[in-house]
Amino acid sequence: MDLEFTPGERAFRDEARAWLTEHLVGEFAEHRGIGGPASDEGWEIRLRWDKELSAGQWLGLTWPRELGGRGLTPKEEAIFTIEHSRACAPYIATEQGLTLLGPMVLAFGTEEQKKRFIPPILAVDELWGQGFSEPGAGSDLASVSTRAEREDGDGRNGRWVINGQKIWTSMGDRAQWLYVLCRTAADPALRHRGLTMFIVDARQPGVEVRPITNMSGRGEFSEVFFTDARTSDDLMLGELNGGWRVAMAGLSFERGLTLLSHQISYEREIRSAIELARERGRAGDPVIRQRLVQAWAAVEVMRYMNLRSLTSLFRSAETGSITSVTKLFASRHHQRLAELRAELMGPWLEVVGEDYELQPAQSALLGSRAETIYGGTAEIQHNIIAERVLGLPR
Amino acid sequence: MDFAFSEEQELLRSTVRTFIDRNYPESKVRELMAGPAGNDPALWRQMADQLGLQGLAIPEQHGGSGFGFQELAIVEEELGRALVPSPFLASVVQAGSYLAHCGDEAAQKDYLPPIAAGTTIASLAIVESSGRWDLGDVGLTPHHASAEPRLSGTKLFVLDGGIADLILVAAREPEGGLSVYAVPSGAPGLRLEPLHTMDQTRKLAHARFDGTPARLVGQRGAAAAALQIALQVTAIALAMEAAGGAQRALEMAVEYAKIRHQFGRPIGSFQAIKHKCADMLVEVEAARSAAYYGVWCASEENEELPALASLAKSVCADAYFQVAGDNIQVHGGIGFTWEHPAHLYFKRAKSTQVLLGDSAYHRERLASLAGIAPPEPAG
Repeated sequence: MDLEFTPGERAFRDEARAWLTEHLVGEFAEHRGIGGPASDEGWEIRLRWDKELSAGQWLGLTWPRELGGRGLTPKEEAIFTIEHSRACAPYIATEQGLTLLGPMVLAFGTEEQKKRFIPPILAVDELWGQGFSEPGAGSDLASVSTRAEREDGDGRNGRWVINGQKIWTSMGDRAQWLYVLCRTAADPALRHRGLTMFIVDARQPGVEVRPITNMSGRGEFSEVFFTDARTSDDLMLGELNGGWRVAMAGLSFERGLTLLSHQISYEREIRSAIELARERGRAGDPVIRQRLVQAWAAVEVMRYMNLRSLTSLFRSAETGSITSVTKLFASRHHQRLAELRAELMGPWLEVVGEDYELQPAQSALLGSRAETIYGGTAEIQHNIIAERVLGLPR
Repeated sequence: MDFAFSEEQELLRSTVRTFIDRNYPESKVRELMAGPAGNDPALWRQMADQLGLQGLAIPEQHGGSGFGFQELAIVEEELGRALVPSPFLASVVQAGSYLAHCGDEAAQKDYLPPIAAGTTIASLAIVESSGRWDLGDVGLTPHHASAEPRLSGTKLFVLDGGIADLILVAAREPEGGLSVYAVPSGAPGLRLEPLHTMDQTRKLAHARFDGTPARLVGQRGAAAAALQIALQVTAIALAMEAAGGAQRALEMAVEYAKIRHQFGRPIGSFQAIKHKCADMLVEVEAARSAAYYGVWCASEENEELPALASLAKSVCADAYFQVAGDNIQVHGGIGFTWEHPAHLYFKRAKSTQVLLGDSAYHRERLASLAGIAPPEPAG
C-alpha cells in the first residue's frame, strides 16, 4: 500500500497545476466554482472556460490522439480532475459530450461517427443532450416507448422517423445534438431487447425542447417532444436493437471521476459550514460540533473510498462495486451536510435574491435532493448492490 | 499511488486466514470465551513459531521479521473477522508500539524479543477511575522514596490483564510529566482482577498496585509522545479488527437471506431485506476505507495519524455496531439466541465502541483537529 505519487505522476500534477494557475484568471477566477452538475448557472462563462481547457488540450485526456485527445491514462485523467477541482475552476459545460456521449461513441461508434462527433466535442463547438428517461419511463428505463420507425418500409433510403417524448434532458435547450434511446422493435414486451440508440439533430422542426424549472428555480433540464423528427442509419449508435447495451455502458463510464470532483467540492462545503458555525456562535454547542464532525468525517471517508475506487480503476480499468457504494454514501451524506449548513444559517436561510437568486448554502440544500434521484435512484442503487454485488435473489 | 495491499500482503492475509479457519472455528472461540484466559497458549505459540505473527513489526535485531504496521493491521483484520480470543492487540500492537517508540534501548532489548516470540504477553495499563483513555486523566503517581520506584493505585480495563506477564503502567510523575513503568505479573503488591465481560471474546482485568516495585521504561516524565502514538496506532488496529468483524457479520446476513425461505421464497428476495443488506455493505465499505487509510497514516506515522486514529476508530466501531445489529435483525428469532453466533459479533462491536475512547470522545478530539472551534468558555 503506497499513497505517494511517483515522480512521473508528480510531474504531470505539477504541469496541470502550472497551467491552471496561469489560466484560471480574470473572469474565470472571479467566478470560481460557478455552476454544478445540474445547473445552468454561469453558462456562458463556463463555455468559455471549456474553450480555454480545449485550447490547452485538457479535454478528452484519455481519448485517442488521432481524434484530438491526448491518449493518456486514467491515472493522469484522475490527477487532472483533482487539480481542476482543487483550483475551484468553473464547472464544465460540456459534461454530456465529454463524460457520456463521447465515451459511448468511442466504444460503439463507427469510424465515421468518431471522426464526425469527437473533434467538435473537444473543440467545444457542439453540445449534447440526453434522451433517455420519459414521463412514463424513469427507473424503468427499459419500458421507453419513444418510437423510431423506418421512413420507408424496406429501409432503402436509410432514414428514420422518431415520435415520442423524453424528459430530464440536462441543458436540452442548449444542445445541438441529442442521443436518444428509441424503441425499434414492434413488440414492447421485448423491453430492453427492442431498443436502439440514435443520434438526432436537435435543431430540426420535429424536435421541440421545453425547459423545466427545478426546485431551485433554475432551468436545469427540459422535456423534448419528437414529432416526426428525422434521423438516419449512419446516425445509429451501435447495433439495431442493441441500444440498451450502449446506454448501460454510457451510464457506467468514468463515474469514478465525477465522484472525485464532487468530494473536493464537499470539502469546501464542510469548511464553509464550520466557518458559519463559528460566525453564528454555534461552534460551542456540543451537539452542533458533533454533527459538524460527523459531516466532516463523512467527507473524509468519501476521499478514502474514492482512492480505493481509483486504485481499482488503475489496476483493472474497472471501478468495481466500490463505486456504486460510494455514490450511495456520498449522496446521502452530502444531503446531511447540506441540511446542517442550511440550518446553521438560522432564519437568514429564508432570505433569497429578487429573482429567487440563491446563496451557495441554499443551492446545496435544494440541489442535493436530486442526488439520490438522478443517475439511478437510491432505491434502484440499493437493488443493484443487493442483487449484483451481494448476489441476493431477484 | 496504489491504495490497496500488495500481493505479498494478500498472501500473508490468506495464510493467516487459513490458520484461523483451521484452528479457531466457532466452537474454539466459544470454548476460549467461556474460560478466564481468553487465549489458547499452544495456538498462541504456533502463531509465533510457525507464522511469526507476533514479530511481524518488530525489528530483526529484536527477533522479529522487520515488516511494519501494514502487516500487523492485516492480521488484526483477520483476527477480528473470526473473533479470535488472543492477546495480539494488547501485547503486539499496544505494548509493542509503546516499546518501539519509548527510546529505551535496554527495555527494547529485554522486552521485544520475548514479545516477538510470544513467550511474554505484555499489556499497557492506562485507564483510571474516569474510564477514559485520555492521558490527561492519568493520575497514578510513582513513589520515589526507596531505591526502586513503587506504584500504588488502580488501573482499570487492562486488555488481557489476567494473562499478562508484563504490565506497562502509565503514571504521572510528582513533577508533572508522564512515565511508563514495567511491572512483571508476579510482582509484590500487584493484584490482577480478571473481569467477567459482556463480550466474552475480549478479556479485561483491573490491576491494583500496593507499593509495587517497578522499572522505568523510557525517560522519566517524557513518555507522553510515545504513549500517544501507541494509543493512536492501537485505535487503528482496533478499527481494522472492527472492519474484519463487520465484513463477516454482513456475509452472515447475506448467506442467511439467500437460504431462509418464508412466504415461498428466500427472504433475500424481499426488498426490505435487500435494502438493509445494501446499507450494511455501504457501512462496511466506508469502514474499510477509513481503516485502510488509517493504516497508511499509521505505517507512515504522518501528520494525519492523530486525526485518523480518532476518525477510523469511531467510524469503524459505529459501522460494526450498526451492521452487527442489522445481522441479528436479518436472522429474526434465531439471531437472538446464545447458540447462534450473531450475538458474539454484536457484543464485540459494542465493546469496541466503549474501549479506547467512545465515539463521542473521538469526535470531540476530531473537532479540535479539524479546526472546529473548541468549546467557548462558559459565562
